[in-house]
Amino acid sequence: MTATLERPVESTGTPVKAGAFRPAQLWASLPDALRKLDPRTQLRNPVMFVVWIGSVLVTLDAIWQPTLFGWLIAVWLWFTVLFANLAEAVAEGRGKAQAESLRKTKRDTVATMLDGSTKGATELTVGDRVVVVAGETIPGDGDIVEGIATVDESAITGESAPVVREAGGDRSSVTGGTTVLSDRIVVEIRTKPGESFVDRMIALVEGASRQKTPNEIALTILLSALTIIFLLAVVALQPMSAYAGGAQSVVILVALLVCLIPTTIGALLSAIGIAGMDRLVQRNVLAKSGRAVEAAGDIDTLLLDKTGTITFGNRRATELLPVNGATDQELAVAARLSSLADQTPEGRSVVELCAERYGLAPEASPEEARAEFVPFTAQTRMSGLDLPGRRIRKGAAASVLAATGVDSDADGRLRELRLREVTRLVDTISDEGGTPLVVSENDRVLGVIRLSDVVKPGIAERFAELRAMGIRTVMVTGDNPRTARAIAAQAGVDDHIAEATPEDKMAYIKAEQEGGRLVAMTGDGTNDAPALAQADVGVAMNTGTAAAKEAGNMVDLDSDPTKLIEIVEIGKQLLITRGALTTFSVANDLAKYFAILPAMFAALYPSLGALNIMGLHSPRSAILSAVVFNALIIIALIPLALRGVRYRPTTADRLLRRNLLVYGLGGVVLPFVGIFLIDLLVRLVPGM
Amino acid sequence: MNDTLAGLLQVVLLLVLLAACYAPLGDYMAKVFTTERHWRAETLLYRLVRVDPSSGQRWPVYAAGVLAFSLVSVVLLYLLQRLQAVLPASFGRGAVSPATAFNTAISFVTNTNWQSYVPEQTLGNTVQMAGLTVQNVLSAAVGIAVAVALIRGFVRSGTDRIGNFWVDLTRATVRILLPFSFVAAVLLLIMGVTMSLRSGVDVGGSTFPLAPTASQEAIKELGTNGGGVFNANSAHPFENPNALSNLFQIFLLLVIPVCLTRTFGTMVGNRRQGSVLLSVMGGLWAIMLVLAWLAETHPTGAAGIAGGAMEGKETRFGIPSSILFGVSTTGTSTGAINSWHDSYSGGAGGVTLLHMLFGEVSPGGVGSGLYGILVLAVIAVFLAGLMVGRTPEYLGKKLGRREVTAAAVSILVMPTVVLVGAGLAIALPGTLDALGNDGAHGFSEVLYAYASAANNNGSAFGGITVTSDFFQSTLGVAMLLGRFVPILAVLALAGSLAQQKRVEAGAGTLATDKPLFGVLVGGTIVLVAALTFFPALALGPLAEALA
Repeated sequence: MTATLERPVESTGTPVKAGAFRPAQLWASLPDALRKLDPRTQLRNPVMFVVWIGSVLVTLDAIWQPTLFGWLIAVWLWFTVLFANLAEAVAEGRGKAQAESLRKTKRDTVATMLDGSTKGATELTVGDRVVVVAGETIPGDGDIVEGIATVDESAITGESAPVVREAGGDRSSVTGGTTVLSDRIVVEIRTKPGESFVDRMIALVEGASRQKTPNEIALTILLSALTIIFLLAVVALQPMSAYAGGAQSVVILVALLVCLIPTTIGALLSAIGIAGMDRLVQRNVLAKSGRAVEAAGDIDTLLLDKTGTITFGNRRATELLPVNGATDQELAVAARLSSLADQTPEGRSVVELCAERYGLAPEASPEEARAEFVPFTAQTRMSGLDLPGRRIRKGAAASVLAATGVDSDADGRLRELRLREVTRLVDTISDEGGTPLVVSENDRVLGVIRLSDVVKPGIAERFAELRAMGIRTVMVTGDNPRTARAIAAQAGVDDHIAEATPEDKMAYIKAEQEGGRLVAMTGDGTNDAPALAQADVGVAMNTGTAAAKEAGNMVDLDSDPTKLIEIVEIGKQLLITRGALTTFSVANDLAKYFAILPAMFAALYPSLGALNIMGLHSPRSAILSAVVFNALIIIALIPLALRGVRYRPTTADRLLRRNLLVYGLGGVVLPFVGIFLIDLLVRLVPGM
Repeated sequence: MNDTLAGLLQVVLLLVLLAACYAPLGDYMAKVFTTERHWRAETLLYRLVRVDPSSGQRWPVYAAGVLAFSLVSVVLLYLLQRLQAVLPASFGRGAVSPATAFNTAISFVTNTNWQSYVPEQTLGNTVQMAGLTVQNVLSAAVGIAVAVALIRGFVRSGTDRIGNFWVDLTRATVRILLPFSFVAAVLLLIMGVTMSLRSGVDVGGSTFPLAPTASQEAIKELGTNGGGVFNANSAHPFENPNALSNLFQIFLLLVIPVCLTRTFGTMVGNRRQGSVLLSVMGGLWAIMLVLAWLAETHPTGAAGIAGGAMEGKETRFGIPSSILFGVSTTGTSTGAINSWHDSYSGGAGGVTLLHMLFGEVSPGGVGSGLYGILVLAVIAVFLAGLMVGRTPEYLGKKLGRREVTAAAVSILVMPTVVLVGAGLAIALPGTLDALGNDGAHGFSEVLYAYASAANNNGSAFGGITVTSDFFQSTLGVAMLLGRFVPILAVLALAGSLAQQKRVEAGAGTLATDKPLFGVLVGGTIVLVAALTFFPALALGPLAEALA
C-alpha cells in the first residue's frame, strides 16, 4: 500500500519514503518560520518566548552599545528562535500541499440534490440527500440510502481497485471526495459542513486543528518550571556577581539564560507532535486527536481480529491424509478433480496444493472441463465432479460417510475399522483447529483434506515482541472454542475470545479497563461502534460503516487490521522521542556551565578559571560558542524530531537503559565536544 | 587506633544500628498509619477536640488542618516567648524581642530550628519545655502525617480521601515520637547528657548554665529538629558529652527518615520501591560523606601544614565524627551541629551546603525527606519515563498535568527562596557589615543561611550575624515558604493521585523498584541541584575550594 497522502491526489509519482527529511524543506519553510517570529505566536511556547525576549533585549543593548560580540550574540539568539520556528514550520509544511489539493477537490464539487437542484459541496448539511451518478465525485460523507455502485476511493485511500458500495448493511458508507465509477446512488449526508472526513484530513495534515495533548501540556509545565528556576538563578547571579567584584553585562546574562533553559526540547516539542501525527497519516491512518496517538503508546491490551490479522483471510488446504489403503497419489488426483470446478478460495487452495506437492496440472484439461460439476448445497454439504465411471465427492465428514458408507466393498468388520480410522482422523484435525474435508471416489473414501487457518508467518514472533513490551494480545474470532484455542496456541496470543459477539468484545474491554489496562481494538460494523467508543484506541476500518468511523478515534484508510500494532509502535516512538530530547536538552546544560561560568567569573576569582576544562580560547569565544552550539543543535535535531528516534520493540528496562545511555550520557558529553569544536572556529573571529 | 579507623568503625556501627531498626520500625510505622484501631487515650483526645477519627478528608481539608494547626502553634509559641517575663521558671529572663520571637516561633513550627538567639541567655525552662520541646514533637509529627498522606495517594484508588490529619498527627505523636524520644532521653541520660531544672551550676567559681537537656536532646535529633538548649548545640559537653552520645545522636537523627522508606514500601505493597529510594538517599549521603572527609583530611593552607583542619571542631570528636555529624545533620534537615561548618575547608563547607540544596532528601527530615524524594522521583519519572514509550506513570498512577504541576511547584519553592533571598541579602549594603568574612567565604555564609532556612535545616554556617530585622524577617519567611508551599503541593499531589485508578504495571512500564531507577532519581536530584545552584556555588565554596 503506498502512502497516497504524501503525494498530491492527482499525481501518480513515486511515494515519498515515510519520514524522509530533505534539507531543501528548511529553505521552503523559511518564510513560515519568519512569520512565526510574531510575539503572539511565540507566547504559545513559554521556553521560546523567553528566548525571544532575551533576543530583543540583547539587540537593544547591541544598538545602544554596539560591539561585535554583542551583535554576534544577538544574531545567534535570533537564529535560535528562528530555528525553533523552522522546526515547527517544516513539520507543518509537509502536510500543506496535500491539504491544498484536497481542498481544491472539495471546492470544485457540485452536489445534485434529490429534487434536481444543485448546491456547492461545502454547503451540504446533515440529512441532505444527493444523487451521484457514474463519473461524479461524491460531495460529502454519508450513507447510501438507495442503489448500488462501484466507487473509486483512491483519492482517500490510495487503493486504485474500485469497491462496491450499496444501500443497507455494513457497506453503505461513502466518503466525500471519492468518485462513483458505475451506476447511480442516493446518498444521505451525515456530517455537518466543515466536519467531513476530507475537512478533518485537511485540518489534520495542516496541523490547524492541533491542540496540545495532555502529555505535551504536562511537559510544557515542567519545562516552564525549569525555565523559571534558571531565570531566577541568572537574575540572582547579578547581585552575587556584583558582590564578588563585577556585575555582568546584559548580553552575558541573557546568553547564560538562553543556554540553560531547555531550548532544545522547547524548540522541537511541537514538531515532534506534528511529525507523530504525520507518521500515522503516511501509514494511511487518520487519528482524530493527538490524544489518541499518545494513548496508543500506553496500550496494554490489543484486541485483534483473527481473520486478516493473525491468519490469512481464508482457510487453505495444507495436507492430504489418505486412508483405506489409498496412496497419496490416488488421493491427490481425486482431491484435485473434486475441486477443479470449485471456485471458493478453499477449493482453489486444494488445487494449488495438489499442483505444488504432487505435480498435478493446476488447470482443467478440456476433457475435465466438460465433466459435470456437482455444486455444494446446504442439503448435501458436498461438492464434486462426475466423470464417466467416476463419481468424486468432497465435503463434511458426516455427509460423505453417509453417502458412501466408507467402503461398500469391504465386509462389515473391515468397514467398521475403516470408519473408525476416518473418524479418528477427522476428530484430530478438528482438535488441531483445522477443518477436515473427506474425499471419496464412487463408494470408497480415499482420505481427508486438512483445511487450516494459515497463521501469518512471523506473527508469533511479533506477538512475543509485544509481550516483551508488556502488551497482551487477544484474538477475537467467531470460530468455535476448540478451533479458536488451537489457532490461539499456534499464533502465540495471550488470550482469545471464541464465538465472539460485539457484546463479548465490549465486556472484555470493560473488564480490562476495570483492571487498569488500556485497550485498543479494530472494528468495522455498526455493532462494533459501542466497543470502538469504549476502547482507549478504537481504529475503525475505512470500509466500515459511518457509525463505526464516528465511534473510533482513528480511521485506517487501508482497512488493514494488522496496522493496530504499527499504531501502537508509532505512539510509543512519539513518546520516546519527546522523552529522549527532553533528557538530552537538560543534560546539555552541564557543558554550557563549564563554558560560560569560568568565562564570567575567572576575572573575579582566578581560581574559577580551573572550571574551563575545555580550554576555550577566551571568555567571549566561550560564551559565543555555547550560544552557537545551543542554536545549531536545534537544526541538527530537526530530522530526528521529524523521523522519531530509533525504536525497536523490547522491554521497558532495555529501552530505558539504551535511551539513557544515548540521550542522557550522550547529552552530557556531546556539547563538551561541540562547544570545543565551535570555539576552534570562533577564536578566528577578530576581537574574540 | 588512628582517627580514620575509628571513624570507619563508627560509620559501620551506625549502619548496623540503622539496618537493625529498618524493618521493625518501618513496618511498625506502617501499621500505625493503617490500623483501624484507636488507643483509648487517642479516643479520649478525639472526643475532647471533637474530631471524628473514622472520617477521611479530601486534600484541601487535610491541608487546611495542617495550616490551621501550624498557625495556632506559631501564635502560641510567639506569645510564650513574648510573655516570658511573667512565666514561671524563667530565671529572670525577660520577654524575647518581637523579631526574634517571630523568627523562633516559625523556626520551631517549621521543623527548622534556626536559632538567632543564645538559648542559655534568652530562654527559661517554661519556653524551652512547654514551647520549643512541644513544637519539636509536633512539627515532626506534621511531617510524618504529610508523608503518610502522600503514600496513601499512591495506594488508594478512585477516592478523594487521603486520610485524617488529626488522626495521623495524634498517632505520629503518641505512638511514635513520644515513646521513642522517652527511651532515647533515658539512654542519653545514661550516656552523660545533663538534665536539670536549675538555671546553672557553680564550678570552681564560674557558673555554667544548666537546662532540661536530655529530654529536648532526644526529640531534637529524633524529630530532625536540631535546636539546641545551648548555643554550642551538640558541641556543648552537656548536650553531647562523648563519642558514644555523639554516635547515638547521629543514629537518632537518621533513624526515622531512613525507616520511613520501609514504611512506604510496606504500605504500597512492594518493599523494593522503598529500598530503591533508601539506596538513593544512602548513596547521596555516602558520597557527601566521602567528599567532606577527603576535603577535611586533605586541607590546603595553614591547616594542611597542621595535618588536618581542627579549627571549629571538638577535640573529643575529631575530624571523622565531626564530618559524620555534619553530613548527617545537613542531609536530614536536622541542623544540629557538633562542629562549626563555617570553619570547614572550602570543599567540606561546600559539601554541607550542597547537601542541603539537594532538597533535604538524603535521607531528609522526618516525613519531609520521604515526601521530598517522592516528589523528585515523580520529576525523574516524568523526565525519563517517556523514554520507555509510555506516558509517565509511577506506582501505577499516571503523571499528568495536575501531578506535574504539583511536583513542579514543590521543587520550585526551595530554589526560588534560596536564590531570591541570598541575591537580595547580598545586594543590600547593610549585609556586608553582618558578614564574618569577606570574599567568597562571606557569600557562602549568606547562601548557607538561606539554604538552611528554605530547606528547614536550621544549621548555621556561622560567621554571619543574623539578628537584624532584615535577616530575622526574611529568614522567617523563607522557613515558612520552604515548609508549607511544598506541603500544600504534596497534599494536592496526594489528592490527585488518590483519585486515579491504579494502572497495572507490566514489562512495558518503567520499573521503579530496580537499581536503574535509583540511578535515575539520584541523577535527577544531583542534576537539578547542580544546574540550579552551580553559579551561586561557584561564587561561594567553589571559588574558595579551587583557590
